[in-house]
Amino acid sequence: MTENGFGAAVRRKEDHRFITGLGQFVDDINRPHQLYAQIIRSPIAHGKINKVDVDAAIAMSGVVAVFTGADMAADGVGGIPCGWGITSKDGSPMVEPGHPPLAAECVRYVGDQVAVVLAETRAIARDAAELVDVDYAELPSVANLESASADGAPLVWDDAKGNICFDWEIGDKSATDAAFAGADQVVTIDIVNNRLIANAIEPRAAIGDYDAGKDEYTLYTTSQNPHVIRMLMGAFVLSIPEHKLRVIAPDVGGGFGSKICHYAEEAIVTWASRKVNRPVKWTADRSESFISDAHGRDHVSHAELAMSKDGDFLGLRVSTRANLGAYLSTFGPAVPTILYATLLAGSYKTPAIHAEVKAMFTHTVPVDSYRGAGRPEASYLLERLVDKAAKQTGIDPIELRRRNFIQPEDFPYQTPVALEYDTGDYDAAVVKAIELADYANFDQRREESAARGKLRGVGISTYIEACGIAPSNVAGALGARAGLYEVGTVRVNPTGSVTVLTGSHSHGQGHETTFAQLVVEALGVDFDNVDIVHGDTGKVPFGMGTYGSRSAAVGGVALMNALEKIRTKAKKIAAHLLEASEDDIEFKDGQLSVAGTDRSVAFGDVAMAAYVPHNYPLETLEPGLEETAFYDPKNFTFPAGCHICEVEVDPDTGVVQVVRFTAGDDFGRIINPMIVDGQVHGGVTQGIGQALYEQCVYDDSGQLLTGSMMDYCLPKADNVPNFAVTTNVTPCTHNVLGVKGCGEAGAIGSPSAVINAVLNALSDYNVDDLQMPATSERVWQAMQGNG
Amino acid sequence: MYEFNYHRPTSLDEARKILGDNDEAKLLAGGMTLLPTMKMRLASPSDLVDLSNIEGLADISDSGDAIEIGAMVCHAEVAASDVVRAAIPALSDLADSIGDAQVRNRGTIGGSVANSDPAADYPAAVLGLNAVVKTDRREISADDYFKALFETALEPGEIVISVRFAKPERAAYSKFPNPASRYAVVGVMVAETAEGIRVAVTGAAACAYRVTAMEDALSKDFSAGALEGIAVDAADLLSDLHASAEYRAHLVGVMARRAVRQLIA
Repeated sequence: MTENGFGAAVRRKEDHRFITGLGQFVDDINRPHQLYAQIIRSPIAHGKINKVDVDAAIAMSGVVAVFTGADMAADGVGGIPCGWGITSKDGSPMVEPGHPPLAAECVRYVGDQVAVVLAETRAIARDAAELVDVDYAELPSVANLESASADGAPLVWDDAKGNICFDWEIGDKSATDAAFAGADQVVTIDIVNNRLIANAIEPRAAIGDYDAGKDEYTLYTTSQNPHVIRMLMGAFVLSIPEHKLRVIAPDVGGGFGSKICHYAEEAIVTWASRKVNRPVKWTADRSESFISDAHGRDHVSHAELAMSKDGDFLGLRVSTRANLGAYLSTFGPAVPTILYATLLAGSYKTPAIHAEVKAMFTHTVPVDSYRGAGRPEASYLLERLVDKAAKQTGIDPIELRRRNFIQPEDFPYQTPVALEYDTGDYDAAVVKAIELADYANFDQRREESAARGKLRGVGISTYIEACGIAPSNVAGALGARAGLYEVGTVRVNPTGSVTVLTGSHSHGQGHETTFAQLVVEALGVDFDNVDIVHGDTGKVPFGMGTYGSRSAAVGGVALMNALEKIRTKAKKIAAHLLEASEDDIEFKDGQLSVAGTDRSVAFGDVAMAAYVPHNYPLETLEPGLEETAFYDPKNFTFPAGCHICEVEVDPDTGVVQVVRFTAGDDFGRIINPMIVDGQVHGGVTQGIGQALYEQCVYDDSGQLLTGSMMDYCLPKADNVPNFAVTTNVTPCTHNVLGVKGCGEAGAIGSPSAVINAVLNALSDYNVDDLQMPATSERVWQAMQGNG
Repeated sequence: MYEFNYHRPTSLDEARKILGDNDEAKLLAGGMTLLPTMKMRLASPSDLVDLSNIEGLADISDSGDAIEIGAMVCHAEVAASDVVRAAIPALSDLADSIGDAQVRNRGTIGGSVANSDPAADYPAAVLGLNAVVKTDRREISADDYFKALFETALEPGEIVISVRFAKPERAAYSKFPNPASRYAVVGVMVAETAEGIRVAVTGAAACAYRVTAMEDALSKDFSAGALEGIAVDAADLLSDLHASAEYRAHLVGVMARRAVRQLIA
């Protein structure tokens, strides 16, 4: 292994600036003469806007302007677009309502934007915002899937009858029906996937900065994908061509999917900046984040598994209702469809699968991606169902899984729900995980717990996920309205240092370290002589950003392809310098040598020759040493693994404590094992959060009850054990790095392992139905027979 | 936060004068409830009277049969105090269980007792240990102090000076924390005092209260078993997102038994 190269546990380069408070987040940026924006948000879930009286606010000293939806409409501002279209079973397109950045006629959730105040200070903006008098005619609302589905329910949108955005299906219905008809036994389950709020540590922020001299705009924003924001906002909302709009997403403090979406505030500050010809800054406070960041999950499903008498899976039938919120968020429609139902095969050879998904509008915050986005919902449903099947058939849960696993020799494996898995070895992960978890001695630990009055349970999940949606043409056929490639530029500077421009975006993932490791591996340059530039459309040629665990598998491969071009050109230059044939040049550890001789030239000297081309093959080769690659993958990558959780339940109170957690994952080849461990720790913690603590709750009138950390329970350090993690490697077969992706796996595999463990702990209590989060009261009630 | 005037008087007289001159003035102790409420714009006092510079409000003293904790003593100091630990370890433990480290370093016993949040921990100690709340004008016994939701016997402008805890024979506090906020969903203080057994509950109802049926049972037989079968009426208990009244009623029994077991162990 090269020092600091591929596979080394290099410490994160970027952490020094974060730990010492020198990061530059959007709110750290201040532009000369900037104004502060305060958004006036709807306090009600549904209502007609009769009148917005801004006079008192405008009269306030220090207030520069107050704008309403009517002002934006008058300027011809477009609606926030949706980036994914879904077609219903009957061939009709999804209902796609308009989404003005500031609502002009009607508000549709608590937090919906109505007006914006621009003032000299944040305090004045806040005071003035309270003087904006909005007269609403309140209308009846639907706050959840149940009320939205009721007969005669109030409609969020008049043209979405029954509040249905689309009614979609995947798989072969008749084959699945036939499988059930021939089945010896059927297991059914009803599953709620609880609604979550991402709660990135950095609240969203945006600064619009219009330069009247050049007629150019700059938007600083907390985004996971600045080029996508430039495309969506420039083309669809504000009609600004790309060359006049620069989007910068500098250091960003966590996203978890909630910072993929194009948000109204980005368009509002950009548009307003031109209106007042001054920079306009908006920073959400935490309360605002709760009611304006896209929420995640929120499914209600019924599933049935048909089996032979021996426990072979014959067919799977799933019916899901998914809450999309009041408007379509950027990738909202893709989450409960393409990113969900395509994963329902899991790691099993179920021959027939049919799933239908009804996506519903409600008067709540729009729902979009949250760590895993669709895949945790699929994995949770399937792994709960499989565990229930094990209980019902009396087959050991690990044995039942093994019996149905897709085997190594089955790859590539075409599932009945569109995906083709390239590679994997699911049992290898199970073997590693059960050994690390000391699964064999669980009974002994259960007795120890019992001696302390605790009920101990163990739960397992064998998940699969799909990373790096691809290829673009297939994604397009499935409804994507953008490409899903990635871009990497390698700029070798004259003295041999390297600047990488990547379309991936790090908001915690550590690309400044892992991508530098790829450069070290390929070019043999010193780790400290590599800089990774990301998050700026003014610097990076193009990019689709970071989400869906795609950075290494797509962005990393694009970078690797650009590095390969650099290596090729460097060899040509070296061949000239060494007066040898290009074919005889070997490039290793930063030296280019003539094979079988002691003649060599350092990579740095090759770089210098490229920029000072005095001794250079100018007739056949351009000067300079900079290459770009666009990489569009042939397929998704398919990480998989086995999670084993042990819990202790306090029978007096119902409190669940996770006491052991083991993850055996297959992420393909690993660039930096320390960073991968950290990703697994974080993902599993969020999965434990979903399983035991987190729950976004609206009351019947659409008011958010969990609007602060006092009521929305994030997992804390004492809620999680030390994690035991291990990996098993089956390299991805269709990318040059052999990598798959690791960012979301923890959140995908863990919730079902946790709940299966809780149910196992309660095995003497005849509880087979328990929804997330398994709060102490829920568990206690279930133990009382009130589940 | 709205604009307000900030005062930092050096004497109680000065504090009282500012309070008297401004109808909308509020006392500021640790500010762990008041400041977030102001930041959320749910409170808008015209004046804040910060008590942190008044001498004599932040002492912990031992008078032999009782300890007295100044109103401005923060939770972390109570938790770390050798005087408190030697006299009433249950009180040290209770203070150490409040909120998080930041809250314990800012929040004060006087602020907590004056605010009487239904989910605060100190009210269980004040009532369970039969403490005396000493103000700038009188002494109020615990049984007369807690009135209703965020309501105490304090009169407008009355300033808590200290809380005096007689040393109990033994006492234990058992808490069921809210997993999100770490406030008490239910907290029970069980104490054997000179006046008898006391069982005080916080978190479950609008304000701290005593469970006399449990006190009577423990007076006859001080064991966890003596509490079995004593039904806690859910009718008057709080019910919210975090716990139904039924669950709270159940937890009162569980926490009381755990406190008793701690004392017997």
